[in-house]
Amino acid sequence: MIVRVAGEGQYRLPNGDADRLNELDNRAVSAVEEGDEARFHELWAQMLELVASDGNAISDDELIESDVILPPRDVSFEEAKGEFTGDGLIPD
Amino acid sequence: MPGLGGRMSTVFKAKISRMLDRAEDPAETLDYGYQKQVELLQNVKKGIADVVTSKKRLQMQSSKLEQQVVKLDTQARQALAQGKEDLARMALERKTLAQTELQSLDTQINELEGQQEQLTENEQKLRQKIEQFRTKKEVIKAQYSAAEAQVKIGEAAHGVGEEMADLGLAIQRAEDKTEQMRARAGAVEELEAAGTFDDITQLGPAEDDIDRQLRELTSGNQVEDELAKMKAELGSGGGDQPALGKGEKEESAG
Repeated sequence: MIVRVAGEGQYRLPNGDADRLNELDNRAVSAVEEGDEARFHELWAQMLELVASDGNAISDDELIESDVILPPRDVSFEEAKGEFTGDGLIPD
Repeated sequence: MPGLGGRMSTVFKAKISRMLDRAEDPAETLDYGYQKQVELLQNVKKGIADVVTSKKRLQMQSSKLEQQVVKLDTQARQALAQGKEDLARMALERKTLAQTELQSLDTQINELEGQQEQLTENEQKLRQKIEQFRTKKEVIKAQYSAAEAQVKIGEAAHGVGEEMADLGLAIQRAEDKTEQMRARAGAVEELEAAGTFDDITQLGPAEDDIDRQLRELTSGNQVEDELAKMKAELGSGGGDQPALGKGEKEESAG
């Protein structure tokens, strides 16, 4: 699977990581919904860690669509909240 | 994937589809996208320049305050040497005020400097990415005009569209951050401009506001301590010598 960390670049991850990433992601969403900022940052760090440890950076001259696009590394709790109310990082 | 990644991906893809749907001429769209990125980065650069200007003005203000501290100290000594203790106390009060101001100002300047460095680093990274995007878009344009392997081109177009959207997001965030910085730097500057230190080394009739602040400060011991120390120094025969405690050394010498 191809994962992009917004503002950073794309990584190729083994397909088996999809479930793990998805699970972390869902827990991160729960943390945001519960207003648990500390847990959100912890889970977010784990997601980035997974991408860093299992992923191979895709070279700049390869043009390929991502399966998953993750928010920027320094995404704030406020921004993450916006992601779920529909008022996301990217305005139209 | 409904979570963070899912939501983000959906927003990205919607944006890319819109862009590609709108595009009658993909080459034009890519060129326009590139132009737009370059323009937006100019805004970021301009924002950083403003922050630097603010910082420089604050640094000038800081060195002015440093000079005032020295000048007020000298004035206090002179006043005391002439037996004008009230005047000396007033000068020391103002010196304390200036020192407090100086400390807070220097903290602000340091913070500005750190953030300015981050913004600059970010701007340089974005510049590199835009340059990379320029190369990529030329590759795509060449593929379009060759009009071969449509499927592959479609995928590459989505790839480059994603790059474009990603870059757009990164630049937009950089611009937001720079704007925040600029607003903060401007606010600090305004505060300084409206500050009480235009002419505090002038020991004339003081303004009400300064008087009030000085009275608050007098409640502390700093001014009195300093006055006492200064007296001891003057009493020991030289303003530039360190305080000699109880002056035993002088007694034994004399």
